[in-house]
Amino acid sequence: MPITSYLASPSGHDADALTRDIEALPGCSVLPSDRGEVLVVVTETADAEADEVLAETLRALPHLDALVLVSAFHDDALEPA
Amino acid sequence: MNPLSRRTLLKQLATSAAVSAATTLFPGAAFAGWKNAPGLPTDLAWKKAPCRFCGTGCGLLIGLSKGKAVAVKGDPDSEVNRGLACVKGYHSVMALYGKDRLKNAWVRKNGTLEKVPMKEALDLVARKLKETMDAHGKDSVALYGSGQWTIPDGYVASKLMKGALGTNNLEANARLCMASAVTGFMTSFGLDEPMGCYDDFDHADVFVLWGNNMSEMHPVLFSRILARKAKNPDLQIVELATRTTRTSSAVDTSLLFKPQTDLAIANALCHEIIAKGLVNQAFVEKSVAFKKGKTNIGYGLEDDFKFQDQPADATFDEYKKLLEDYTPEKVAALSGVSADELKKLAALYGDPKKKVMSVWCMGVNQHTRGTWMNNLVYNVHLLVGKIATPGNSPFSLTGQPSACGTVREVGTLTHRLPGGAVTDEKARRQAAEIWKVPLERIPAKPTYHSVAMFRALDRGDIRFLWIQTTNPMVTMPKLSRYRDAAKKEDRFIVVSDVYPTPTTDVADVILPAAMWIEREGLFGNSERRTQHWDKLVDPPGEAMSDAWQLIEVARRLGFQELFPWSEAEHIKAIWAEYTRFHEDAKHAMAPYDELRKRPGVRWPFVGGKETRWRYNPEHDPVAKGPGLDFYGNANHKANLWLRPYEPPPEVPDAEYPFWLNTGRVLEHWHTGSLTRRVPVLHQAVPSAYAELNAGDAERLGVRSGDRVKLTSRRGSLVLPASIKERGEPPSGQVFVPFFDESMLINELTLDAYCPISAQPDYKKCAVKVERA
Repeated sequence: MPITSYLASPSGHDADALTRDIEALPGCSVLPSDRGEVLVVVTETADAEADEVLAETLRALPHLDALVLVSAFHDDALEPA
Repeated sequence: MNPLSRRTLLKQLATSAAVSAATTLFPGAAFAGWKNAPGLPTDLAWKKAPCRFCGTGCGLLIGLSKGKAVAVKGDPDSEVNRGLACVKGYHSVMALYGKDRLKNAWVRKNGTLEKVPMKEALDLVARKLKETMDAHGKDSVALYGSGQWTIPDGYVASKLMKGALGTNNLEANARLCMASAVTGFMTSFGLDEPMGCYDDFDHADVFVLWGNNMSEMHPVLFSRILARKAKNPDLQIVELATRTTRTSSAVDTSLLFKPQTDLAIANALCHEIIAKGLVNQAFVEKSVAFKKGKTNIGYGLEDDFKFQDQPADATFDEYKKLLEDYTPEKVAALSGVSADELKKLAALYGDPKKKVMSVWCMGVNQHTRGTWMNNLVYNVHLLVGKIATPGNSPFSLTGQPSACGTVREVGTLTHRLPGGAVTDEKARRQAAEIWKVPLERIPAKPTYHSVAMFRALDRGDIRFLWIQTTNPMVTMPKLSRYRDAAKKEDRFIVVSDVYPTPTTDVADVILPAAMWIEREGLFGNSERRTQHWDKLVDPPGEAMSDAWQLIEVARRLGFQELFPWSEAEHIKAIWAEYTRFHEDAKHAMAPYDELRKRPGVRWPFVGGKETRWRYNPEHDPVAKGPGLDFYGNANHKANLWLRPYEPPPEVPDAEYPFWLNTGRVLEHWHTGSLTRRVPVLHQAVPSAYAELNAGDAERLGVRSGDRVKLTSRRGSLVLPASIKERGEPPSGQVFVPFFDESMLINELTLDAYCPISAQPDYKKCAVKVERA
């Protein structure tokens, strides 16, 4: 059950449009900075493959300039053995 | 644990990591809509610990569940980071659980490493150590430790080597990162470690970054500067750098200088301060003594190199005479920084209405004139009297979590004891008394600094080397010589670590080490802050702390009476014994119980209070006014040193036309042996790279990702090119990070060092660059 966070920068300074695009995707939440220069994106997916597919979907968004992976937590990987 | 709560927690951690990264990378970025970790689940136990990685010393809270560390958040009670952490800190607990963690001891038998019980391995280490000393003398054995050692690890190491075995063959990798800072402090002020503290970040009006990529190396501290800048647009951030980095995008002024010319730049600033009448005459007359030393001091390239400075008194007039060679115009021609920019920077330092903080790290310290560079930055502050008051602060940042606490304060270097230099009979008497050993057992003569230690291993003067918590087969400059040395037939190498590394590859014995929160410990950070943590989780298999490994071997060698402590109580007992060395109010340490309660305490800790600004009678109970009292020197003055520009030992030429600069990246700690086991950090920067100037790349026909071959007089390396990505060097320079054990850039570097500090220069040598 991956939980992944990214920094997303909007193209053309249009943070609102990028926020709307991302919020429309299942498993995504967005936290824009106050001035809109960067968005924190957090995704929840069922498995590693879905995580990668969602990342590709994010990267293809028209209002996205750049997407940078920050952290990735895998719920199972952190479970006590 | 409730799965929903757990996922909520992980989402909070993922969000907080990204918010932290954003505020670091985007100057002034703020997230008013974010509340730090609301609704955390209640069934996690949160325990404090300092971060395992850099020298900033961020306070963390570690989330524990079912005997494992499963979560991290910044400790809001820590004055260092106020609840923030960087991307390494947020993922720090994942470094405990890599799949190839060393859990058992290994011994090389007939050329092959075989798993053995820990007891058998420790027996062998003790036997080989004794056999080597018997056959070749006590100075044929050596211990090489780390600024990642805990304070108790370092203390036990010092007591074993100097008090029990009677050899000064003890060094630590902090020699490679902080030695010039130490000799800078000692020569200028007579005492090590900063006069100021991180509170200065809250008071300064101007920040000058001397060769310091803070956004990647000290991101949490940089975020403190940027947060102030967001609220105070008049605040000025100036960087002096040899390449453009992420930091460059956040500063007001970026001044790129040619390698090594920082020496001349500092002198030019002083020339301009004097020329424009900006000297604080009253301060200089009362608190400054002028000094000069040897010049043309060499580079330590030869095995038999020896250097001893000859300090002598000088005058202000002599100083002005020296500075005649450093007019802004002359230095502009040498450094590439315009005279106008040098004058502007001097005006900022000299403006009586502005408080100025200078910050530096490896750019200044890893320098063949590293001690001089430290002196020269202090000179600027001393001339204008901006020092040891809130916001007026020359501040040397450290790279490792306990380079200060362990290596500098305990003194795990060949020339040091916990209470002073080995050459000082008073310090030896103190050690002999506290350790209850004969005075004559503690040798008065230093033996080998780090580079010399590995050269001695090569020559055969050292035959047994125990390496703990560091990875010299990645970090030593001119690496191939020292790797070949370690592999020689009659050398015996013991390595204590948590993962396999290129250094365990050359080991005869590998001892699995307990890491960080798997044992109780203490670190000391850049601002004199001591931080304690409890053992929070069990180490895997037979892994054992470095301190306890040393104690086990010491007992096998017959030194039970020097190390009498129980395993359960040994950290508390060690702290009680160690702090006897620092009972003086100049360096008094907080008691154990106080440290257990708080996220850290800055020394000197006197009368229940920590000291924020040393030498300042308003803050330091030792200092006697009026004015500042530099009590580390007998005359109670700070030394302003006359230090000239001298060129580096190797410069680009027709055959090797590029400068090579090496360093670090945000996501990886040191040699990557921990952070490359954390998937997200590894994925972020999976390999080293050669950062090229775009124009140079075009001339070479190279694009990002293409393979390029770098060659120096010592070796060559093929690695992917990086153009206009994370950073960009000026034309004629190439930068390579050193974290990647599969691309060992130190095969190419030069083992030249500062003759005063013996710290190598990893920032400058000559290479050629070709398309591979």
